[in-house]
Formats: sequence, C-alpha cells, structure tokens
Amino acid sequence: MFFIKLKKTVFLLSITSLFSIPFSQADEFTNSDLKRWQQQFMDSAKQGRELWASPTLGTNGVACAQCHPNAANTHPETYPKFQKQIGKVIPIWEMINWCLKNPLEGQPLAADDPKMIAIQAYITHERRGVKLEPGKH
Amino acid sequence: MSTTNRSRRNFIKNTSALALGSTLPISMIELAFANSNENFTFAYISDSHIQHIKGTRFVRNWDQGLKRAVAETNLLTPKPDFVMFGGDLAQLGSKPELDHGAEILSAISNDIHYVMGEHDYYLDLGAYWEKLFGPQYYSFDHKGVHFIVLNSIRTYDEWTYNRWPSNEQRMLEMAGLDNPNGSPFMVGNEQRKWLNNDLAKIAKTTPIVVFSHSPLQKIYKGWNFWTEDAEQIQALLKPYNKVSVIYGHVHQIQYNQIGNISFHSVMATAWPWPYPSTYAQAEQYLPQLTVPMNRADPFFERDATGWQFINMANGNVDLNFTLNSNKNRSVKFNNVNKRPEDSQFQEQGSQIPPQTHY
Repeated sequence: MFFIKLKKTVFLLSITSLFSIPFSQADEFTNSDLKRWQQQFMDSAKQGRELWASPTLGTNGVACAQCHPNAANTHPETYPKFQKQIGKVIPIWEMINWCLKNPLEGQPLAADDPKMIAIQAYITHERRGVKLEPGKH
Repeated sequence: MSTTNRSRRNFIKNTSALALGSTLPISMIELAFANSNENFTFAYISDSHIQHIKGTRFVRNWDQGLKRAVAETNLLTPKPDFVMFGGDLAQLGSKPELDHGAEILSAISNDIHYVMGEHDYYLDLGAYWEKLFGPQYYSFDHKGVHFIVLNSIRTYDEWTYNRWPSNEQRMLEMAGLDNPNGSPFMVGNEQRKWLNNDLAKIAKTTPIVVFSHSPLQKIYKGWNFWTEDAEQIQALLKPYNKVSVIYGHVHQIQYNQIGNISFHSVMATAWPWPYPSTYAQAEQYLPQLTVPMNRADPFFERDATGWQFINMANGNVDLNFTLNSNKNRSVKFNNVNKRPEDSQFQEQGSQIPPQTHY
C-alpha cells in the first residue's frame, strides 16, 4: 500500500520535472537497492546498540542498557506522548535526552545528531513487530 | 502476623520521627511460629551495584539506595536478628567497589550474611569478596529454621576459564544483562554434592530457606532470570515439607509455587528492571502467579525499589513489600490454594493499570 502510493507520488513529481531535467528512473528500484537501504538502517541500529551499552555516553559510567536491557521499557511505539512530569506531548528523543542528563549525568544530544538517530534506530528495531500505539501509557 | 503489624507500626513511627521519608529499599523478614516466643525477624538488602567512576567517585544514585537501606535497617523495631545481603554489592567486582559497599554496610549494627552475585564474582572469581565476607556457599541454623546460601551464578568452565583474554573482559561480558556473549548461571556439581550432604542432616519437618542470587527456577534465559540446574536443585529440596527460595538479581517482584517450594524475589536498592515479557523478541516464562510490580516512574530515582517484611507463619513465607512512591504489596502463603498470593491484587479484576507491562 505504502509503496504504491509512494510510486504514484514519485511518478507525478517526475512528470512535472520532465521538461527541466533529463529523464530519470526515479520510480524504479531493485532488490539490491532494498538490501542496501536495509543495510544502512541496520548499520545505524548497530551503532545505536553500541551507544546503548557504552559507559562513555554519559559521564558516570552508567549505560542505557543497565536499566533497559534490549531497550525494554522504552516503548518507541507510543511516542509522541504526554509525559506528565514534563507537562506536554514530546517525541522520544526528548525522553532519551532526559535519561542522558539524569541517570547518565551527561550532555543531551541534538535531535538530528547521528548518535541520537542511531539510538532510535536501535530501540525501534528491538521493538519491531509491535503495533503503533501513539500516546499510550 | 500480629507481630508483623506491630513491627511495621513501630517501624513507620521511628522513621517518620526522624523524617527519613516513608519507605526504604531493604527487606524485613519475620519468621512467626505457633509459639510467638520463637518469632524472629531478619532484614534483607540486595542488588546495590556500587559503581566506581574513578578516584574517590562512585555513582551517586546507587550509593544513595544502599545508604538509605542501611539507615533504615538500623531503625527497625523489633531489632532484626541478622541481616541478609542478596548479592551484586558491586557493579564490576573491583576492590574499590567491594570496599566502598562493605564500608556502607559496616554501619549496620547486626551480623550480615552475604550471597554472591555475578557482579561481585567474575573479576577474580570471588577471591576478594571471600576475604571480606567469607565462604561463597554455606548453611546455618537459627531458631529452628535451616538457612542455606548458594553461589548460583557460576557457569560453564569453558566460558569462565578459557574464553576471555583478561579477567576485566570476563567481568564486563557477564555484567551486561542483555549481552549475548554472556553464559547461563548454574549452581554446579560441587555445590549440588555439598547441598545433598548438608540436607542429609536435616529433618524433613524443619523449615528450610534457601538464598540464591539468581532464581532457582527458569524464567528468561536471555537475561539470566534463570539457573541452568534449577530442576536438579528443586529435586534435592523436594523431600522437605516447607521450603522457601528467596532470590535477588531480577530487580522486580516475582513469586511462584513449584510443588513444595515457594519462590520469592526481593527488590534491588539500585534500579528496577523491566519484566522479560516487555521484550518483544523474548520467549519467556514469567510465573503466571506473579502480579507484576507497578511500572517504574523514571522521574523518581528510588521508584520501583523497595524492602520487605517476611513473616514465616507455619513455616511458609508471607512477604510484605514496602515500595517507594507506591502502594505497599503483600504476598502471603494461601493455605487453601497452597501457593503465595497477593492479598490485594491477585484477582485480575483488582489489578491496577501500572501493573500492566507491555
């Protein structure tokens, strides 16, 4: 479903740009593309796992995995959600930063920091197969 | 049971007088007999994970958990006969960590009996721990109860002796709960033989309490909520009328009944762990009987840590959890159903939303 829609969108985009740029096969991708993209994701998830277990992500030697083995009890499938102690709806990276600052006594990461992306890739990968339940507590 | 209530009241009175807050993460264990003159109590502290940063610095959060437990143990009324420490005093088994933990515990005005945890063991296989605290497995008798302490966190010799380039590496590999390079815990041949001999002297009617670090039942192998030779230990304990196993390691409320053996976990002073059922990729066997503790609120540092009173009425353990920032829990042996049950939350309809983990 998703891919069909995507193809349509890409197709329309390519028609509009037909007159300005040379023809390109933007709507076609191969099995080796799929493999490569999956590999890109898994590389990020792997880096995320290393950060998760790393005693140097914060300043006191505490690692994320100490309290969250296999990223359990992180619930990426429920974000964005209302976090009562923060008093508003937040995305998961803000909660990750809360942990970096408090139990890990470290510095927060920017939302687009590759390390922050990698951490999210890892915890979401560990949660694969669980249905999305935004807002759930 | 009346003794439990009295001691709890006194306990709460004492602590509030000293403005120490409502609850602290230790375990109060009470053994009640038909003749109340024989009643006695002991306290249980476990899983403190004292973690060295460098020099004189240690992770503040974990230090605070143990310090509070020690402070409260000294305020218990009636004074407990002895104190148990359930293992994982250190995070990476180093001398600074064990020394610092021992120093905090030295403020306790009771004898302490120690259980070995994997975080204490895998740096030097317990050598320094033994110097501080004594043998790795032993038994003792107290007022009609036979107590047995096992080192349940050993593993295969190949893993222990031949796999790692250094002792530090070996410690790090076992310290990661979810590390796939780890290895299943076990009591092993040597201790099972010892246990067999130790039990041979004990009358079948004597209540037996076994302390181990890991559960002597199989719950989830991936996090070592597991003891590889659990069934063999259970078989050795089978001939005795009243057997209770009390274990640490899991940092959460668990209880179970297998044949004649009641199983209870105790809380950690350091941090709580998720239930293995919340790991979407895990095949796990959390006892059906267990009503989980409330989900931890990360914004409260000591939440989901706690302490317990245990009342050993008629030779069975009745366990009262006192939990930080949460309603207390009480898991008592039900003589009709012959198993431990939560006195408030056992029925599905009476459970509350935070007890649903997902």
